[in-house]
Amino acid sequence: MLHLRHSRFTSYKISHGLYMNSSLLFFVLLCLTLFSYWFGVQRALKTVGGAEHKKNLVCLPEQFGLLTAMVCGLPALITLLIFNSAEQLVIEQLLTSTLPANIQSLSSIDLGLYLNNIRAIASSETAQSLLISINESNDLIQQVQLKAALELQELNYNASWLKTGLVLIIVCVSVTMLVRKFSITFQARQKSETIVRALLVASSAIAILTTVGIIVSVLFESIYFFKSVPISDFMFGTQWSPQTAMRSDQVGGSGSFGAVPLFAGTMLITFIAMLLAVPVGLMIAIYLSQYANSRLRAFAKPMLEILAGIPTVVYGFFAALTVAPVIRNLGESIGLSVASESALAAGLVMGTMIIPFVSSLSEDAISAVPTALKEASLGMGATKSETVTKVLLPAALPGIVGAILLAISRAIGETMIVVMAAGMAANLTANPLDSVTTVTVQIVTLLTGDQEFDSPKTLAAFALGLMLFITTLGLNILALKVVRKYREQYD
Amino acid sequence: MIKTPQTQQETAMPTITEKVTQSLKKRHQKERRFKRIGLFAVLFGFMLVIVLITDITSKALPAFHQHWVKLEIDYNNAWLNVSSTADESLNKANYRKVLKKSVYEMFSSSDKKLNRKAKRQLFKLFSTNAEFTVKDTLIANPEYFNKKTAVWVRLDDDVDSYLKEDFAVGDAGLRISKQQALWLEKLSSEQRIERRFNFSFFTASDSREPELAGIKGALMGTLLTMFVTLLLSFPLGVAGALYLEEFAPKNKLTDLIEININNLAAVPSIVFGLLGLAVIINVFGLPRSAPLVGGIVLTLMTLPTIIIASRAAIKAVPPSLREAALGLGASKMQVTFSHVLPQAMPGIITGAIIGVAQALGETAPLLMIGMVAFIVDVPSSIVDSATVLPVQIFLWADSPERAFLAKTSAAILVLLALLLVINVSATVLRSKFEKK
Repeated sequence: MLHLRHSRFTSYKISHGLYMNSSLLFFVLLCLTLFSYWFGVQRALKTVGGAEHKKNLVCLPEQFGLLTAMVCGLPALITLLIFNSAEQLVIEQLLTSTLPANIQSLSSIDLGLYLNNIRAIASSETAQSLLISINESNDLIQQVQLKAALELQELNYNASWLKTGLVLIIVCVSVTMLVRKFSITFQARQKSETIVRALLVASSAIAILTTVGIIVSVLFESIYFFKSVPISDFMFGTQWSPQTAMRSDQVGGSGSFGAVPLFAGTMLITFIAMLLAVPVGLMIAIYLSQYANSRLRAFAKPMLEILAGIPTVVYGFFAALTVAPVIRNLGESIGLSVASESALAAGLVMGTMIIPFVSSLSEDAISAVPTALKEASLGMGATKSETVTKVLLPAALPGIVGAILLAISRAIGETMIVVMAAGMAANLTANPLDSVTTVTVQIVTLLTGDQEFDSPKTLAAFALGLMLFITTLGLNILALKVVRKYREQYD
Repeated sequence: MIKTPQTQQETAMPTITEKVTQSLKKRHQKERRFKRIGLFAVLFGFMLVIVLITDITSKALPAFHQHWVKLEIDYNNAWLNVSSTADESLNKANYRKVLKKSVYEMFSSSDKKLNRKAKRQLFKLFSTNAEFTVKDTLIANPEYFNKKTAVWVRLDDDVDSYLKEDFAVGDAGLRISKQQALWLEKLSSEQRIERRFNFSFFTASDSREPELAGIKGALMGTLLTMFVTLLLSFPLGVAGALYLEEFAPKNKLTDLIEININNLAAVPSIVFGLLGLAVIINVFGLPRSAPLVGGIVLTLMTLPTIIIASRAAIKAVPPSLREAALGLGASKMQVTFSHVLPQAMPGIITGAIIGVAQALGETAPLLMIGMVAFIVDVPSSIVDSATVLPVQIFLWADSPERAFLAKTSAAILVLLALLLVINVSATVLRSKFEKK
């Protein structure tokens, strides 16, 4: 069957990638959209009988143009996006169905590798050179591969033509159908406004889609994971060693995926970070809002914003290469044994990162306390510090608690600092000088590098991601509730 | 009723005054202490900023310079193993041999022949790239064929770090032998070693050899990723904000959208990486490691920031403007797009810039979608494999070679400089907006 088709390949060369074609098509579509704006304007003027009569139209000719452009571009664009996202899957299915039965029966991983191989051949060789090598090759296995590559090239070629054709037909049909409806009383503006409104709704609904996407992706993979590792083992097991489970062929051998050491490590580092960030951040907020003159404020605020703006990877570098050695040397000089990737180093640097977060949120909370309370306290003869500790802080407490909860959620989800400065070893310890690992570190470790998508090792990362998502979401909702309750008191 | 407290006060008055004056000193002391603690906290914050920046800057400085050495290269046609200066033959010639033989000649003439170990050590002084420098020199100047000429080549990264650290003579660093140190001393006494500005740091891509590695590939990847991010997140963010601020009816759907946006703003970035891996790569089949996927993930991440900032800017547009336009017969859509949006634009742009700055420094989600690979080619389109500057920093920070420490710090400085430029432009825009 393949031999019959070969003659068609000798006439052209497929060297363009799949996406090159798509981007060209996007560009063509853009040009068509711009053109149809002009076309719509012209048709509207023609309907009314020339530019001198355009005041007879219900809407401006430009509004006709705008509507035409939208009707031209949008359906085609949506089709193109759907086509592109489905294309790969369909082509893969079709290609697999042409392969010999012994290859089709391979496990999904091996089949994936095989298909990748074919893709590599198909994108690097021209049809002609493939044909020549098929004829020259005596190796049967290689011949099958080359033929499959040729088949893939043809599938890709057909798909790109189908796509181009589909887009052009949709453009023509939708524009023609619209333009035929044009009349003097055609309400072009109202119609285009309906479309714009729908687009605005869709844009804001992306937030919902993202949340749904996160929940679905993380949840489904986690459910797969919990099929091979019972959820109780994951939640309460104290042994974390995903690597050994892979090697000994025991899918999630008992106790290998116990996440308690990770939770404990995360909490330890978060606790250290909060121990630094909360007092310092709170005192900064109090000093800047109650004591500092405007010049110091004007200087200090952007200065502290620098801390907030520094990328986390920079903090990670700082923690791993500056703070950790300093702490180890200090510890050794007083006779303590400190791990080179101590929880203390990661925690302190994370605390540094969170200081501006705590200080700006608590400052908001403090300045939201009605001035009457503060003035009453000062008027009674209380000193400033007494006013702060006995009046302002208690009044602002819900806001500050909210700020601290948000900071904790931030610390739990922080990745780069711990990836670079905390260890990989899942120790269950409360000693800050020891090396611990965290949930985020393990997600990164499990998912970077080579991965098989359905091994429990990879799926474990999604289960950890689910825990992370639930925890941070819970903390955020709690923080919002606390803050909202506080607002009700004064408004 | 009224008298009782008065009489009580009168009788208690002296003791209370006494008590107050007695405690006043203590209270003022407490006040001063409290104030000092506050000032200390602020200064501690400053100190952290200064320590962080100076530490990284001091570590980065060596990366901007590089040591080169002048070698007497003998383009002997026997060693080159070609007979003519035609381009094809020059391309195929054996430059490794030319380099080796020339170097051995330079050092062995003095007293004794070099043994194999010494030869290997000697050759290790120079960058692996030296061979290509020798090649390029001859191709650019064919007249050197069969002649001896001086060629400047890079030194190896270990030698480079050794030279930068000013060891005493003979007291070599960990990765430099005594013999190598003596050779280097000889070279520098002959004025053959020169310190040059390291242009290749900005013009080269990643490499396993620290002396050749540069940030061009990562910068290009960052640029492409930011391009996709901005292209998607700005229109989507503005459209979402316009809907929520100007059109959305008060109903459950609107509430749901608002709750979602607020929660997404606080979801850890790594979770967006998981989303990208599971949905964008595995379901939609977009290519791994591509700026396109990175841009989409970062768009989803920064969208809440941009929407929240844009909403604030739209809210700040005075309602009188809307009412005036509506009163003149404009439709709601016309009011929004021709009056509200232009007025809110500076604020919206500031918000978008802040969102992009946040995306620019982001690393974790990009690790999840495979932008962490070792990539030598400079990416040229949004579907090429690429890495970005923060990920490059992460990769270099993990490298064992000592010279990568300086490279990493230098890349961090470049990243911080980029962020500074972006943030300053946002501040300038905001102040311009406020003047209006």
